[in-house]
Amino acid sequence: MSLIPEANDARPLIEVHNLWVRYQMRYLSMDAVRGVSFSLGREKLAIVGESGSGKSTVGRALLRLLSENARITADEMRFADVDLLKASERKMQKVRGARISMILQDPKYSLNPVITVGEQIAEAYRVHFKVGRKDARQRTLQMLEAVKIRSPERVYDLYPHQVSGGMGQRVMIAMMLIAEPDVIIADEPTSALDVTVRLQVLAILDDLVRERGIGLIFISHDLNLVRSFCDRVLIMYGGQVMETIAAKDLDNVQHPYSRGLLNSLPSLDMRRDILPVLNRDPEWMKLKEENA
Amino acid sequence: MIEVNNLELSFGEGAGSQQVLCDISFAVGKNEVFGLVGESGCGKSTVLRCIAGLYDHWTGAISVDGRPIGKTLEKSHFRQIQMVFQDPYGSLHPKHTINATLSAPLKIHKVDGIDRRISGILDQVGLPLSCRFRYPHQLSGGQRQRVAIARALILNPKLLLLDEPTSALDVSVQAEILNLLAEIRRERELSYVMVSHDLAVISHLCDRLAVMRQGRIEEILDRDTMLTGQMKGEYTRTLYDASRRYDRTVAQALAGS
Repeated sequence: MSLIPEANDARPLIEVHNLWVRYQMRYLSMDAVRGVSFSLGREKLAIVGESGSGKSTVGRALLRLLSENARITADEMRFADVDLLKASERKMQKVRGARISMILQDPKYSLNPVITVGEQIAEAYRVHFKVGRKDARQRTLQMLEAVKIRSPERVYDLYPHQVSGGMGQRVMIAMMLIAEPDVIIADEPTSALDVTVRLQVLAILDDLVRERGIGLIFISHDLNLVRSFCDRVLIMYGGQVMETIAAKDLDNVQHPYSRGLLNSLPSLDMRRDILPVLNRDPEWMKLKEENA
Repeated sequence: MIEVNNLELSFGEGAGSQQVLCDISFAVGKNEVFGLVGESGCGKSTVLRCIAGLYDHWTGAISVDGRPIGKTLEKSHFRQIQMVFQDPYGSLHPKHTINATLSAPLKIHKVDGIDRRISGILDQVGLPLSCRFRYPHQLSGGQRQRVAIARALILNPKLLLLDEPTSALDVSVQAEILNLLAEIRRERELSYVMVSHDLAVISHLCDRLAVMRQGRIEEILDRDTMLTGQMKGEYTRTLYDASRRYDRTVAQALAGS
């Protein structure tokens, strides 16, 4: 039944060419994403940029989860066999959650406060599969174990305010994974977490990419993290991709914006009295030739 | 400049009481920057709030410039110590202009030359004079944090308490604010006590730092010890490793512990 390429298939899972997102307001319009192209295989792809660079908008555009006044255009926006531009709302609903799912930044705001976390995960399962309550509960407990929660039975009956941030984020991941998607879009999944917890949550995502061969789009502002965690990095500014580079070569980025961003980070490896400040060149905002 | 001895604090009464600070002692010299670093819930911000007078049921001793501070704070205390908060979106009154925000402390302390002082301070924190009669929502996040710093500086304090001053900002803006803080410290010979969860930020600005965990200070070390990775405490090392990069073996060790 599945038309998804097999794990050893080298064809990309997601292919995007010349993606534009325009917000139409009454008297003016604003382009949040301008001519973004990339492809995602079974890998960890990072989209990095400052606030307002359009990185989250790209993630949401893939699932067509933008507000009504946003117009998405592209030469191509495809996920496996699905044309994400033309797919009907009904079809999109089958893609969302089941085949591409999204992990959001803060579990505190993304979980329903009046339903136990176990019930919420089970609900996600029952939306996508025709199973009874009992089976859904069983599957949920397995899932909680898979994200390294030690006493799943106990955690199942907790409400979101009773779990810590790290555990909440694991609950979110469990909920997103229970339908076994092929692609996960993680929008700043760890920026609300402590460093030691962050590492454990990342390890879970890392295992998923390795073991299940899913594709991960990791949206982040943290260059240091991305450098050691992801395979490839897209650096965005003003709605455009400034540069695409393998994460291990991040130190050799060419574009002055990417360089500036890297240099302005305080480092644990060297001492500097003054941090170089990013001087924004208006040239960077201009539409690149290949996108025009 | 400031000395904290055996600071302890608990919330709640009787059996439900929970101790959040336990035997906190440190001293910060003149023109020194001292950092408090740790994970959420370790009590680092609570230490600042005790010093700032936002909690008054602590025990122990805090003295500023050799004078112990009491439970009820005098007005003069606030001319010595001011605080900058984490979120510049929440710490400025949305319906007050920058002018009103900056002149409030001057009026409370009956300082004259308000006009001159405000122009001077805006200039020092790198804001254009045109900002003066704007509202916070008309400024960017970095500009707002500059206003918060200006408000803290306008009474010429000797000590600034900085509670995660850059964690709500983009990295490029963070660099600007960190540079500004370093510059102001040099010019005014200020002391800072700065709280952050980000080891790299703390190590950048601070001369010495304390690593906190569950209400206690685990280790006090200077910057070079941190940057060269020669810390003694095991927990400090874990934090250091976890902050440097994503590493599967470190993650597995953490999950196993």
